[in-house]
Amino acid sequence: MKDILQELQERRNTARLGGGQARIDAQHAKGKLTARERVELLLDEDSFEEYDMFVTHRCTDFGMEASKPRGDGVVTGWGTINGRMVYVFSQDFTVLGGSVSETHAAKICKIMDMAVQNGAPVIGINDSGGARIQEGVSSLAAYGEVFKRNILASGVVPQISLIMGPCAGGAVYSPAMTDFIFMVKDSSYMFVTGPDVVKTVTNEVVSAEELGGASTHTKKSSVADGAFENDVEALSEVRRLVDFLPLNNREKPPVRPFFDDPARVEMSLDTLVPDNPNMPYDMKELILKVADEGDFYEIQEDFAKNIITGFIRLEGQSVGVVANQPMVLAGCLDIDSSRKAARFVRFCDAFEIPILTLVDVPGFLPGTTQEYNGVIKHGAKLLFAYGEATVPKVTVITRKAYGGAYVVMASKHLQGDINYAWPTSEIAVMGAKGATEILYRSELNDPEKIAGRVKDYEDRFANPFVAAERGFIDEVIQPHSTRRRVARAFAALRSKKLTNPWKKHDNIPL
Amino acid sequence: MFKKILIANRGEIACRVIKTARKMGIKTVAIYSDADRQALHVQMADEAVHIGPAPANQSYIVIDKVMEAIRQTGAEAVHPGYGFLSENSKFAEALAAAGVAFIGPPVGAIEKMGDKITSKKIAAEAGVSTVPGYMGLIADADEAVKISGEIGYPVMIKASAGGGGKGMRIAWNDEEAREGFQSSKNEAASSFGDDRIFIEKFVTQPRHIEIQVLADSHGNTIYLGERECSIQRRNQKVIEEAPSPFLDAATRKAMGEQACALAAAVGYTSAGTVEFIVDGQRNFYFLEMNTRLQVEHPVTELITGVDLVEQMIRVAYGEALALKQADIKLNGWAMESRLYAEDPYRNFLPSIGRLTRYRPPAEVAEPGHVVRNDTGVYEGGEISMYYDPMIAKLCTWGPTRSDAIEAMRNALDGFEVEGIGHNLPFLSAVMDHPKFVAGTITTAFIAEEFPEGFNGVALPDDVLRRIAASCAAMHRVAEIRRSRVSGRMDNHERKVGSDWVVSLQGHRYPVTIKADHGGSTVCFDDGSELRVTSDWTPGDQLATLDVSGEPLVLKVGKISGGFRIRSRGADLKVHVRTPRQAELAGLMIEKTPPDTSKLLLCPMPGLIVKINVEVGDEVQDGQALCTVEAMKMENILRAERKGVVAKINAAPGDSLAVDAVIMEFE
Repeated sequence: MKDILQELQERRNTARLGGGQARIDAQHAKGKLTARERVELLLDEDSFEEYDMFVTHRCTDFGMEASKPRGDGVVTGWGTINGRMVYVFSQDFTVLGGSVSETHAAKICKIMDMAVQNGAPVIGINDSGGARIQEGVSSLAAYGEVFKRNILASGVVPQISLIMGPCAGGAVYSPAMTDFIFMVKDSSYMFVTGPDVVKTVTNEVVSAEELGGASTHTKKSSVADGAFENDVEALSEVRRLVDFLPLNNREKPPVRPFFDDPARVEMSLDTLVPDNPNMPYDMKELILKVADEGDFYEIQEDFAKNIITGFIRLEGQSVGVVANQPMVLAGCLDIDSSRKAARFVRFCDAFEIPILTLVDVPGFLPGTTQEYNGVIKHGAKLLFAYGEATVPKVTVITRKAYGGAYVVMASKHLQGDINYAWPTSEIAVMGAKGATEILYRSELNDPEKIAGRVKDYEDRFANPFVAAERGFIDEVIQPHSTRRRVARAFAALRSKKLTNPWKKHDNIPL
Repeated sequence: MFKKILIANRGEIACRVIKTARKMGIKTVAIYSDADRQALHVQMADEAVHIGPAPANQSYIVIDKVMEAIRQTGAEAVHPGYGFLSENSKFAEALAAAGVAFIGPPVGAIEKMGDKITSKKIAAEAGVSTVPGYMGLIADADEAVKISGEIGYPVMIKASAGGGGKGMRIAWNDEEAREGFQSSKNEAASSFGDDRIFIEKFVTQPRHIEIQVLADSHGNTIYLGERECSIQRRNQKVIEEAPSPFLDAATRKAMGEQACALAAAVGYTSAGTVEFIVDGQRNFYFLEMNTRLQVEHPVTELITGVDLVEQMIRVAYGEALALKQADIKLNGWAMESRLYAEDPYRNFLPSIGRLTRYRPPAEVAEPGHVVRNDTGVYEGGEISMYYDPMIAKLCTWGPTRSDAIEAMRNALDGFEVEGIGHNLPFLSAVMDHPKFVAGTITTAFIAEEFPEGFNGVALPDDVLRRIAASCAAMHRVAEIRRSRVSGRMDNHERKVGSDWVVSLQGHRYPVTIKADHGGSTVCFDDGSELRVTSDWTPGDQLATLDVSGEPLVLKVGKISGGFRIRSRGADLKVHVRTPRQAELAGLMIEKTPPDTSKLLLCPMPGLIVKINVEVGDEVQDGQALCTVEAMKMENILRAERKGVVAKINAAPGDSLAVDAVIMEFE
């Protein structure tokens, strides 16, 4: 008996060493942690339950039978983050470069199946050279199995991907279908075809970092939702994100003890909106001053900065925030911002996270670039996402809410539950100047007359009261009491029940 | 007494005057420009009159507009504050013509003392000791260089109408004299509309000590001791105190009597200040007389118990001084720190923007402990580019100098300002500086002790340990809260451990926390212990702690895996990790920030006034490259090292944002 115990321990020790000390040292020299170290930092201390430690591949081609490392290049299992269950897989670059074999993928599929069945998020740590070429089409089939599970799990349990090394070729499509992708600066990259192929096919010379590094994907492509300085920070921040998310689509979002008065008054918000309607201001200040403890977890911070998305808590409960940012492009909607916000709204709706929308939007960005690239359909995504969302929706208009963009931004007409406006808000078809130029085209050469018309239009429409008279605004509120009003609105919506008509699925303009 | 007075000023001084007027039962009228519609002084006053666009030369210093505001409101008297029209004799004349009392000295005294050349002559005649210098007006830069040479370097080049550090330059050689003359002249023209310049000997080892005088129209003149204002940056006062740690009773008396003699010689009434420069042997020389209330008057008020604004109002109403010289007793010690909207980490360049957070420490008036904050701003207010960057004056009083300093350190730690760059960390650094604590200061203190500018403070080990212990205790509280989130797996909750590794400022402190209901005992690996008690909860941005019996106030921000802590002038990233996290964090590669040494970046939002070099020029270390104007100050940007200009991205007249690339070097 003792010998058997001894042997188990030895087998475990070998498995835990992955690709061996030399490769571990090489990984460390790059500032990267090993697969197991990453799992350790991601999960609560001593909470990891590992499965399939002894799985090995079955390939016999190209001399593969000689090397059968235990675990086959991926560490899988479950553990807890602040006591809440999550499933995790972590590819081990020290074992055959983390390459994906049939058995490697089978391990991932196993925990994904468990996650869906048991209702817990899946967190995937990607650090892999790609398909295991020696296995040929089996490896491709294996990817397909993972993709299928990503798709079926979508909207059932949150899926989070961490890219902590290479992730190239077909492999990128697994993270691509998860809810969030986070990268590590300078040590991770993602692309469908690498720099060598790019050069052969298009003669373009580009580095891996430029082609698919963290900066590219957070600023240009919007493939990634965030990037962190190093492995330690990335894992710690993913823990922070998980604290905001429900474990599955049957559960309410988490609530935790809070130390911030829901009725906290912020007098400084009374001066947030400048006197001059053309002056920008930082919408993030409002988010931070409304949120519990000023805690805001921003998603896609570096992309389409004219809209802000992320999570806060109100009375300890997670709330998704979508806010126009007047500091960038005057906070207008365009293709990128619509896509960014639409995806975020749909995530919140899928997981019962209430949505707070802060509006200061002058309209959609005009121009050929926008039209040629399909702003009509992309803008419709956000409209669609808001319209179909059945979670509690509270909206605060701080200043401009013009035209179609007003309707898009969680207006009453799209089943907004509680719609507030600050006294500074202007809810209108368009700005006073634009409107008078259309209405009084014949008077355009008389600046004095036009100025009078502008003034008249401003007096009539540049305020929240016309909309309030029609009930499109539930109440005009004092900026300083925004936190209290919003917190109470969500409190009143805690048992909201709303069901859209049955359908197989909708046909959002993708 | 007056029924209603108008305050022809803005910011903290307008608020300060309103407070006293209110105390005396006098109604107040504020004036405001476009930029000040929402300003605090407007909110505090009983009435407010709009007087024009934001630039002061179209509003606050336009005499006709102020006179119109007086007419509209029926104010019987005007308090001018400092700056703006406070030393403008034409304004005083206009008031006299309109039969409105000026809460300040008579026109003649303003005229005589307002011109630095005339005032020096009068002072010399009145038997006041003066500095050698050239009294005449200087026509051009060549003459400035010649005169400077005759007086002997170093020399001080000053705008005749100047004050507050504007239009003043020190030159150590011909080249600097030439450059200084030109920029003083430009600044003087734009700030005061008077570009006359004079030059005098620059006294070495100088201390700036000034005497507060108070005179009535019945021939009584008294002095209220001195203020030391040696802590200056570019001739702009930063920290003042009363009394001076340097003066003895005999010197104080001699200076006070000369100051009174000068006041009497010009028929002075109201509050005024006679500034002296004092050398290492306690020789003192007359510098100038400020015929107005000084910025730093609160320190005198704190040690004498006299409300100077009240006295000014009474004197203006014609009352005789109730105070005699013998009534003036100096009691205890007072410190004043000026809070500037200037970023110390960017060479103190002006910073403008919205005050997203502004929470001064609580004002205290107890026996043995006073905290006073004269402020003109509020949370949510805007610091505009149009006016002086000084936004508040934090004053403390204690029975001794060291009590006043300690009170100031704590008050600064409890002062929260966010949204703009500000000099709070620098003020804290000075309060802890050994030379300042010893009182061995000169006007060169900042230039000598911070030659490379201000880069934060390296705290000593004992302070770091106190901060480390506090952060460990706070982090544990935050982690326990996190572990109480809903949706936990029953019976398999996270157990928050007691072993932590705190890293800050390059130090690592492994600690073990023993927590009980009263607080946390933090044990270090050398066996030492600190007891931390606090009512801090996650999200609090100010932590008031007791660490083994001593108070500690920390400004607490969030960073990934820890806190950003600001205290005692230091700005620290503090990571609190489990031993295993700390071990793995040790494997991370330290990343070096991108190299900006080949770029000249615009250090503040401002206007390019002049570019001194061209592409291809070889520049020397310290050579002037261009001039950026911000907040009416001309800032000359200099080469940090020898190099060749490769590219110039800006032209005169361009408005640049902070960190915009002005030029690139090869």
